[in-house]
Amino acid sequence: MTDQAYNFAYLDEDTKRMIRRAILKGVAVPGYQVPFASREMPMPYGWGTGGVQVTAACLAPDDVLKVIDQGADDTTNAVSIRKFFVATAGVAVTEATADATIIQTRHRIPEAVLTAGQILVYQVPIPEPLRFLEPRETETRKMHELEEYGLMHVKLYEDIAKHGQIATSYAYPVRVEGRYVMDPSPIPKFDNPKLSGSAALQLFGAGREQRIYAVPPFTHVVSLDFDDHPFSPSKANHACDLCASNISYLDEVITDDQGGRMFVCSDTDYCASRRAAGHVGALGAPMATEKAAE
Amino acid sequence: MTDLSHTFSAAADKPLLQVKNLTKSYGARIGCADISFDVYPGEVLGIVGESGSGKSTLLSCLAGHMRPDQGEVIFETANGARDTVQMGEAERRRLARTDWAYVHQNPRDGLRMGVSAGGNVGERLMAIGARHYGGIRDKAIDWLGRVEIDAGRVDDRPSAFSGGMQQRLQIARNLVTAPRLVFMDEPTGGLDVSVQARLLDLLRGLVREMGLSAIIVTHDLAVVRLLADRLMVMKGGHVVEAGLTDQVLDDPQHEYTQLLVSSVLQV
Repeated sequence: MTDQAYNFAYLDEDTKRMIRRAILKGVAVPGYQVPFASREMPMPYGWGTGGVQVTAACLAPDDVLKVIDQGADDTTNAVSIRKFFVATAGVAVTEATADATIIQTRHRIPEAVLTAGQILVYQVPIPEPLRFLEPRETETRKMHELEEYGLMHVKLYEDIAKHGQIATSYAYPVRVEGRYVMDPSPIPKFDNPKLSGSAALQLFGAGREQRIYAVPPFTHVVSLDFDDHPFSPSKANHACDLCASNISYLDEVITDDQGGRMFVCSDTDYCASRRAAGHVGALGAPMATEKAAE
Repeated sequence: MTDLSHTFSAAADKPLLQVKNLTKSYGARIGCADISFDVYPGEVLGIVGESGSGKSTLLSCLAGHMRPDQGEVIFETANGARDTVQMGEAERRRLARTDWAYVHQNPRDGLRMGVSAGGNVGERLMAIGARHYGGIRDKAIDWLGRVEIDAGRVDDRPSAFSGGMQQRLQIARNLVTAPRLVFMDEPTGGLDVSVQARLLDLLRGLVREMGLSAIIVTHDLAVVRLLADRLMVMKGGHVVEAGLTDQVLDDPQHEYTQLLVSSVLQV
């Protein structure tokens, strides 16, 4: 049924061609937001329509796809997008970061270091980093054109004035290759250093806002800061309660209404592979006993 | 058309701003026509006239907000005299945030209402590359003091300020980068008289102290009497009379200026 019902990866070839042209332009001008004719997708805005279109345009039949939402492979958004591409493209899917050739992500960069040949596709809600400071699109375009980025620091100034430190903890603005200021999508600022010098190609798709931008492999990406308040990536000061990793980004999980909580890796693949290798956290059981209990 | 350059002979230096035959029309209607004058360093020029006389059009053309149909606006930049009408937008916008300042009539147009007072003052510093939070903040607090705003209000938003404080904040925000030429469009409009007097006193002090040149558009003759060295009177898009402020106000020659001077209410 799938063969007749859909073109490969849902979008028609002309649309994919148009999106690929936008991606190529984005790669040629790192950090520049390329407008493209975003299509309606069979999912609501905010669910990754931009990322899905970029993924569809990049997919080839022999690709292996991984989809994550907040680092997890098993959340609604990730599961439904993965199913969507299984149904419309019939590609292989995986949860292992190292096995994937294309990874579509919402709000995280995987913990495992990405390698050459991999493509990381971000879902972007609002691509314009200056939007909440300057509502006029004509003006923000002019500011990008003329490299007038003082306003971005006004936001960081306000953070320090209000909170005593740069309180922006996600969607932390970066400067790409010394030119364009870019919103790295709402990834935690913990992930910002991984943007720079990555061997993988990073593509950003915003469906509702109709913009695509890119960070090519080995591009220099700097997080904005002040001389006396330097950028610092932050995470919960804790180790993962399942795999005992103290270098991964953690989610705080409320376990009951008596104040019980645990910290677990937000990257489920990273956590599972560490547990499989025998690491056990403070609240975890060895993976073998858990398997036996099932 | 009146060429004012001969009336100001005291300044030996080169003019900071030379305007030559500036014309701007809106379709068939004239905005301002064939206007020429010079502004010298440290000089304050007042432009008065009734509503619709072209004062604001003229100021917008000078500040680069509008493109004149004809004429030249030559500004003495750090790298020599340049026609700001012909220069690229990037360079003109750079001038607008370094050597120039623009004080709007309504402080809401000139301030970012969602950003704290300190952020408002610091924005121009950050726009020209300041990246040291402590330094920016110290300078912002210093400038709030100079415009008589309590340092304790540095983290309050302008929406929590009174109209007079907002206008003083706008002035601080504009002067923090030590511009050489300030454009002011009715800086005291919409303020009550006691606040006006205080603002004028402050402005006069700052202009003298910093050696600023300023072009002040107003319909309030008392404002120009207090601040301006020279005066241009506009009507119907043309300059009808120009000269030293006291001379024009005390001995008006043109019938419109005579009307204007005699219309001032006496208390």
